[in-house]
Amino acid sequence: MLKVEHLTKMFGGLAAVNDVSVDFGANQINAIIGPNGAGKSTFFNLISGMHQPTSGRILLDGTDVTRMRCDHVAKLGVGRTFQTTNLFETATVLDNLIVGYRLRTQSGLWDVLINSKRLQREEKAAREKAREALDFVGLTHAENRYIADCTQEERKRVAFALALATDPKIVLLDEPAAGVNPEETEGLAELMKKMVKNGLTVCLIEHKMDMIMGIADKIMVLDHGEKIAEGTPEEVKNNPVVIEAYLGSDHDAAA
Amino acid sequence: MTTFLQQVFNGLTLGSIYGLVALGLTLVYGILHIPNFAHGALYMVGAFMSYFFMVDMGVHYWVAMAGSAVVIAVLGIICERLVFHPLRNSPPIHDKIAAIGILLFLEAVVHMFWGSDFRRMSTPFGGVVNLDGVFLREQGILIIASTVVLVVALNLFLRKTMVGATIIAMAQNREGAFLVGIDANRVAMMTFAISGILAAVAATLYAPMNLVYPAMGHLVIMKAFVIIILGGMGSIPGAIVGGMIIGFAEAFGGYYISDAYKDVIAFALLVVILSIRPQGLFAKGAH
Amino acid sequence: MMFKLGALLMHPASKYVLLALALVFPALASNEYQVYVMATAFIWAIAVYGFNVITGFCGQLNLAHGGFFAIGAYTVALLTSDAGWNFWPAFVAALLLTAVLGLLVGAVSLRLKEHYFAIFTLCVGFIIYLLLDKWEELTHGALGVRNIAAPDGFGLVNFRETMPLYYLVLFFLVFIIWFTSRIQKSLVGRTFVAIRNGDELAESLGINLMKTKIVAFVISTTYAGLAGALYAGMIRFVGPEDGNVLHTFNMIMYMLVGGIGTLFGPLVGTVGIVWITQSLQFLEEYRMIIFGPLLVVLVIFFPLGVCGSFLTWMHRKAQALGLGPKKVQTESKVKTSSQEASNNA
Repeated sequence: MLKVEHLTKMFGGLAAVNDVSVDFGANQINAIIGPNGAGKSTFFNLISGMHQPTSGRILLDGTDVTRMRCDHVAKLGVGRTFQTTNLFETATVLDNLIVGYRLRTQSGLWDVLINSKRLQREEKAAREKAREALDFVGLTHAENRYIADCTQEERKRVAFALALATDPKIVLLDEPAAGVNPEETEGLAELMKKMVKNGLTVCLIEHKMDMIMGIADKIMVLDHGEKIAEGTPEEVKNNPVVIEAYLGSDHDAAA
Repeated sequence: MTTFLQQVFNGLTLGSIYGLVALGLTLVYGILHIPNFAHGALYMVGAFMSYFFMVDMGVHYWVAMAGSAVVIAVLGIICERLVFHPLRNSPPIHDKIAAIGILLFLEAVVHMFWGSDFRRMSTPFGGVVNLDGVFLREQGILIIASTVVLVVALNLFLRKTMVGATIIAMAQNREGAFLVGIDANRVAMMTFAISGILAAVAATLYAPMNLVYPAMGHLVIMKAFVIIILGGMGSIPGAIVGGMIIGFAEAFGGYYISDAYKDVIAFALLVVILSIRPQGLFAKGAH
Repeated sequence: MMFKLGALLMHPASKYVLLALALVFPALASNEYQVYVMATAFIWAIAVYGFNVITGFCGQLNLAHGGFFAIGAYTVALLTSDAGWNFWPAFVAALLLTAVLGLLVGAVSLRLKEHYFAIFTLCVGFIIYLLLDKWEELTHGALGVRNIAAPDGFGLVNFRETMPLYYLVLFFLVFIIWFTSRIQKSLVGRTFVAIRNGDELAESLGINLMKTKIVAFVISTTYAGLAGALYAGMIRFVGPEDGNVLHTFNMIMYMLVGGIGTLFGPLVGTVGIVWITQSLQFLEEYRMIIFGPLLVVLVIFFPLGVCGSFLTWMHRKAQALGLGPKKVQTESKVKTSSQEASNNA
């Protein structure tokens, strides 16, 4: 599904991501873990085309997307959420989601001026897609609520829905469960499982180990930009290198 | 050769003033990430305060400059407390609009008290030194010397004192600085005060060579913005180097190309440079 | 009570009432001067609509906006007075020129983000002003341009008179509001707002940032050019001060007071402030003593402006009263019960 070969990103003289190769299978939950500053978010930025890698290759279903611009990558089916998603606070949840389907539409300014059939058709499709995504994340009841009036957990779900409205094949979720309580975390974990059940591939960065260990099919561990381990939760948990990295970084944090 | 040297001197003079104004702007930007559009108004009020102290209170040039510096420092702190502090978590467009609000207000107030007339400010350094056909205005020499002193003093302050160190720490990493217990509020106020002092001193230094009027800050602030973009927003050496680039470009451009268009040079330079390098000349990356 | 009144304002028919009011305004006005002031306000409102597209919808603070207004005005001025064109061809030329310049300036400036963009456009605006002032061979410098042709009339309609001119301006204003509302409601407008929410998010939604921003920018500069062209045809004199950056600052205020990013904000803000300024004539020179702090207070306490605050208030009130679609209510019951279930578990 998503194949990364010798991916490296240098910022100045520092390697934020260093020679990482990994293969994320389709229809799985793949987790990327690692201490702060390990290069996890950079890794996502490289895949989604936000940053250009210094070297290496990224293949999406066999297509080389290494040097592609972000919006092209999105069109090929990479959806993504951010640690914090800025939404239009004084607009309704549904209004915020309609734009998600924009990348699958063609209408331009001229269509707006003459209110073309195409525009009408596409806006209907975008609205339907938004409702569908909203239904998927279980927020249909909140469709008319302002974002400003939503809870933290609801915002997370809206961010999911926005990514889903782009009709992705794979979704990259950056700390989806940050800032929500344990019960809500469980709900979000269920949602990720549901995504996979519906044919999506999930990649997530997360610090909540309990959740990761419970849902991930595969885990990749990054430390200082390098891949130090990869495998099933069981394998990773018992990997001495991983334990060392985490303990080591704890020492750093304490010092 | 004499005309060339003359332009070098003029460029140094102009560059010093621009550098001082840009320095204040870049400090505030580096620490608070506010492009302070009101900085030019602080500069203008600084000139009027000196004018007021000299003409209406009859004090000496140096005393007037000191008084003006204090007033503008306080004004800067007030702006920070009343306007920018409440807006620190707002969308980025808001602090820019608020800064424009401050600018409009300050100009209107000055306009109310002093009208829109052009005023001449006197200086004890009105003479001219003739150096082999190159005419060095004493005020120009004073400007260059003062700038050197101020820049050195600022550097010492930032490097050798505790407060200065916290300012640098915060410029480098705001959250980090917050974590290690730096009082962000104090640093913010301090930065605005320093920025105000630099603006007031620059205005008082330059006013005798120019004129004092409510719109006097417009061109200067815009050039200061050009400078800090060229030099990298938030960079202290960048502000000085950028100031000199613009100062020299204007002095030489004004003489060798066209005096009428010398003000356009700075902006044209910016447009050209940003068209080729959107992140500025020295900056590592645009945010 | 307040809510019912608000609901009345929100009713689709109320915009026709508004239009009817605008149409009969000249009959209600006590003198011709008031009609003239209103027409000027409408012209500014058109420019502010443009400002709202790039800054309100798309989130890019374009401080050269007043400069494009001036370019529109000068294009009509120079083509009709120096080149002897008729008004309407010059008018079309003004629209084209501001659109093309918008495209060029946008292509360079929109690569810059946030502060850089604002500062860059501030400089562009200033270059425009300096050129108007210094390029005497073309612009007549500080003297300005006189003898600008008025819009050519037809039949008995003569646009040298205030009344027909008022209706002409109103026609363009209505067209601009109509077109803007179309944009706002459409996928195109939603794309603009997605960029305002954040470049990175918009990109990850597959939106081509540059292309979208340029479209918004060109729309906004063309609106400004249109307003400028009408201004030249109405005032019949332009000078470099028409390119002063202060006009851009004024427009920021109009937009912010009315409600940034809303459909009727530019109209409400512009007409409101223009009339307030008119009725406080004695303040003219010092009005910024009030309006400067007003800007600050607005962004700190009422960043949504008149229209934005009103819409938000109405929406929350409606939600609280349970006036949403029926489906919403039943669903929310399901949700609360399921929440209770999970809490119990």
